[in-house]
Amino acid sequence: MSKIIIMAFRNLGRNRRRSILSALALSVSLALLIFMSAFNRGQIRSSMETTLNLDSGHIQVRATDYDPDKLSVAWEYLLENPEQAAAQIEALDQVKVATPRLIASGIVSVQDQHSGVKIMGVDPASIANAPFIDGLVEGEFLTADDREGILIGYPLAENLKIGIGDQINLLVNTSAGSVDEQSFTIRGIFSTNSTAYDKAIVLMPIAKAQAFSGADKHASFIFVLLHDRDDAKAVAAALKNPNLQVETWAEMNDILVVMDEFSNAFILILGSIVLGITATVIVNTLIMSVFERTREIGVLTSIGMKGSQIMSLFLVEASFLAAGGIAFGLLVGWALSAYYGMVGIYFGDLGVTGILLGDRIYAYLTLEDTIKLTITALVITLLASIYPALLASRMEPVEALHGKN
Amino acid sequence: MEVAKLTDVTRIYKIGEVETRALNGISMTIEEAEFTALVGPSGSGKTTLLQLIGCLDKPTAGKIIINNEDATKLNRNQRADLRKGTIGFVFQFFALIPTLTAYENVELPLLLNGKNPTERKGRVMDLLESVDMLSHTHHRPDQLSGGQQQRVAVARALSTNPKIILADEPTANLDTKNGEQIMNIMQKLNQDTHTTFVFATHDPRVIKYAKRVITLEDGVIVGDSTSK
Repeated sequence: MSKIIIMAFRNLGRNRRRSILSALALSVSLALLIFMSAFNRGQIRSSMETTLNLDSGHIQVRATDYDPDKLSVAWEYLLENPEQAAAQIEALDQVKVATPRLIASGIVSVQDQHSGVKIMGVDPASIANAPFIDGLVEGEFLTADDREGILIGYPLAENLKIGIGDQINLLVNTSAGSVDEQSFTIRGIFSTNSTAYDKAIVLMPIAKAQAFSGADKHASFIFVLLHDRDDAKAVAAALKNPNLQVETWAEMNDILVVMDEFSNAFILILGSIVLGITATVIVNTLIMSVFERTREIGVLTSIGMKGSQIMSLFLVEASFLAAGGIAFGLLVGWALSAYYGMVGIYFGDLGVTGILLGDRIYAYLTLEDTIKLTITALVITLLASIYPALLASRMEPVEALHGKN
Repeated sequence: MEVAKLTDVTRIYKIGEVETRALNGISMTIEEAEFTALVGPSGSGKTTLLQLIGCLDKPTAGKIIINNEDATKLNRNQRADLRKGTIGFVFQFFALIPTLTAYENVELPLLLNGKNPTERKGRVMDLLESVDMLSHTHHRPDQLSGGQQQRVAVARALSTNPKIILADEPTANLDTKNGEQIMNIMQKLNQDTHTTFVFATHDPRVIKYAKRVITLEDGVIVGDSTSK
């Protein structure tokens, strides 16, 4: 076997350029697939993290009739005593934080410019506000007793050409079904790196939001973050109550779950196509090699080499090509993923609705994806090499010695 | 002792609807230590006969016994096994494996026969010495002249101590000096080791070395003479 390995290795050196190009075809395909996979995974991950941390949380607990699409602050749709409910939820081991939030719809006006926004009342002391606190571009975060302060997103501030300390007029749809208006001072400007989100939301202390919208001591929902989002189902089951609706992140973000599954299927299909094309290059290389070495195969059979040994020779050659191609492809794919995992790829506001996407997508390569793609590449290459290897092993010695294929 | 015995061997090649009778009812015996030349014009069936004796091909009809084994009843792998231990080949083209050195080319049949490294090394060095190629052990075929390549091919053919060595026009691509050198080596090995040599040729300078000359014409034996 060792001689077969030596012969196979040296055979690849006979037409070095062709061998390198074939291995390179595999490298490029694999690197591309690894990067695509990392990019997809990064996109889903970023979207998932952004959506879960900013918008849905891992679990939301609401009043039975609350409709998150309507943003109504009528009392019958809201939770009573939300602080008490939040404290009870937060007492569960799996829960990292539970905090009441009030969401109302409103319009921001600055001179003759207007912009429709969601007004989100938050408990300023809650650690659930971390994405906004960490994303502060200017100014400072809200305090619980601030009755005039407001936090706005960077793109909204840009659009309205306003900054820290500036006054804005805010209209709100109240729980009584009327509209109220008040002037607020901008205390801070944040960026969550999700332009679509940042230009359509303003934050104020929940106490102020309740007073402003007439929601009194009510909240739209309890925003719950868990230590491990995989516990969402179990925690939701524990919180189940006929007077509440409890939804997990997967239920609230079904589009994201579908996207994740679709992305896996997409990579699988794309991988099969790309590696399938690469496999034809490998087959072509090996078939050319078989045809060029017909007489040599005849000599090998005449000195007693069996068909299975000749087949092994070509399979080992293919394995070397695959190993070289895959190793280089892995390196390039990993390097690309690592680089774009650090700097990201800027897309800006893609205007996607239904999910939250960051402006910059960071590639995220998982070990599982890398192993899956590597094994797929190896298996496809080896499968592709079976035909040329069989072709060589089944040559009749007499015909092979005369150079007949 | 008989090394090869052919009984009423016929080989017909069929290309499309056309049948070519390359050998027609050949019967002959090759004894141990013979130095036999198969002669005849092109198309007379010399190469076909060598291929059949070498178990590279199967006859359309007839029986071929090689080293007491009926080669016509063997399958592909069994014939490969028979070739591996019993038959050595020297071809007209310098049939060395281009990626292997002279040493490795001679060693390859020994590897296929499962010989251990010590046994292999001693045997390969002896053989390369016997064909005067010891100074070129680590040269690859493209670093050797035609004559040198053919000498390595002879050493390779002898490596497994085969009962019979079949050489198809072994000097056809060599100049006179190298051709004679090869024939001298083969003749000496035949005398020293009693290995049977059968070579196909139509070169009169080669024929003169043979102890027995079998003449073929149109697939039949038309002459069989032995010199004293």
